Amino acid sequence: MVHDSKIRVLIAKPGLDGHERGAHVVAYGLRDEGFEVIYTGLRQTPEQIVSAAIQEDVDVVGLSVLSGAHLSLTSKVMAGLRAKGADDVLVLVGGIIPEEDRKALQEQGVSGVFTAGSSIKDIAAFIRSRVRTGE
Amino acid sequence: MEEMPRQLIDAARQGSERALARLISHVEDRRPGWKDAMKAMYPHTGRACVIGITGSPGAGKSTLVSEIALRLATSGLTIGIVAVDPSSPFSGGALLGDRVRMRGISAASGVFIRSMATRGVLGGLCQAAKDVVRIMDFARKDVILIETVGVGQDEIEVVGAADHVMLVTFPGGGDGIQAIKAGVMEIADLFVVNKADRGGADETASEIAAMLELSSEGQAGKPPVFTVSALNGDGLTDLTAALRGYINRKKAGPVLEQAHVRREILGILEREVTCLIRERVASNGNMEACIARIMAGTSDPYTAADEIIALFAPASRIKGGMP
Repeated sequence: MVHDSKIRVLIAKPGLDGHERGAHVVAYGLRDEGFEVIYTGLRQTPEQIVSAAIQEDVDVVGLSVLSGAHLSLTSKVMAGLRAKGADDVLVLVGGIIPEEDRKALQEQGVSGVFTAGSSIKDIAAFIRSRVRTGE
Repeated sequence: MEEMPRQLIDAARQGSERALARLISHVEDRRPGWKDAMKAMYPHTGRACVIGITGSPGAGKSTLVSEIALRLATSGLTIGIVAVDPSSPFSGGALLGDRVRMRGISAASGVFIRSMATRGVLGGLCQAAKDVVRIMDFARKDVILIETVGVGQDEIEVVGAADHVMLVTFPGGGDGIQAIKAGVMEIADLFVVNKADRGGADETASEIAAMLELSSEGQAGKPPVFTVSALNGDGLTDLTAALRGYINRKKAGPVLEQAHVRREILGILEREVTCLIRERVASNGNMEACIARIMAGTSDPYTAADEIIALFAPASRIKGGMP
């Protein structure tokens, strides 16, 4: 039978941060790249994000953080995913991330950090190179 | 690593959310073994009360579904939600945003939400959505709410396969009536005028009631019309009570309807046959040959279709057109 597989991506805004423009741009952009994008909306707790990632069985979680709390929020999401046995999910972080925090995020298990100026094409290519396509 | 469907099936039955989610993907993607998985689950399904929710975009379906789910969940029922949104016909991608309106549902409430894109498969949405509902049913959800934008025939069929259909509309713009005209009227057994906080809801409710009066003439009962505000909670107690009535009735045992079974077999077949033909035609070069002949002016698309069908069935059945 023909596979009808799609890469599923959760775009989430954790914490107290009302700036969702960037998350919108990425969500629409990835849809146009052929992904199925699930958007959670603003002010999600790490628990809600983990739960959504599990229920939607996404391949990728993209966290958009502009509040400065990226290190603690991301580590909570990573821990939640691990606790649920979903540590094979690719986690990407975007937003305002100081250069010196990149390494810390990667040590937490984040696969890619895409700050302002990143192109959708690059993000899409990165996801495609890292995610199985069901074959 | 890919788990075997068998393990997923057992774990999903025992309440693992992750297994349930993976099983849904497995079937939705039509990965190897999906049909055997469905066959294994089928005998254990038919228990859940399935409620289809449809209505025009902006009617507040997602917010309403979220409020209903929360109210039913607090009384101890397990809830599954299937939120269907269209795929882009251009990129094949989709933006599924129903969760934005369902933020009130906490991770701890036990409500399982699955967003689903239509994926543009011919006649495929209906069966794919039914499969997801059935898997949730198998995973012991008491109530499954399936939400679609009620615009296309496909979407109407999705909710039409539910035990009950709720049509959501809102005051103003004459939109409510327009939406009902699209053929949903016949299958809806519950009408909801949402956004009562905005005013004008009572007028819309009476318009709908008047239309129902006409269309249900000679029938036993006519469907109820509820006026609610998902925003501030007005009217939701009555609506939820009506739904509880449905749920209790379903507990009496599964009801299998001949027409639904017939449609489902046809739906599965249509999709399978379409996939088979596409696969075969793409792999054996017949399609390219047909296209070349049409481009050269020596054939036409109708002849090409006949020729391709003839590869699958005895010629006598195809030629002649009329049965």
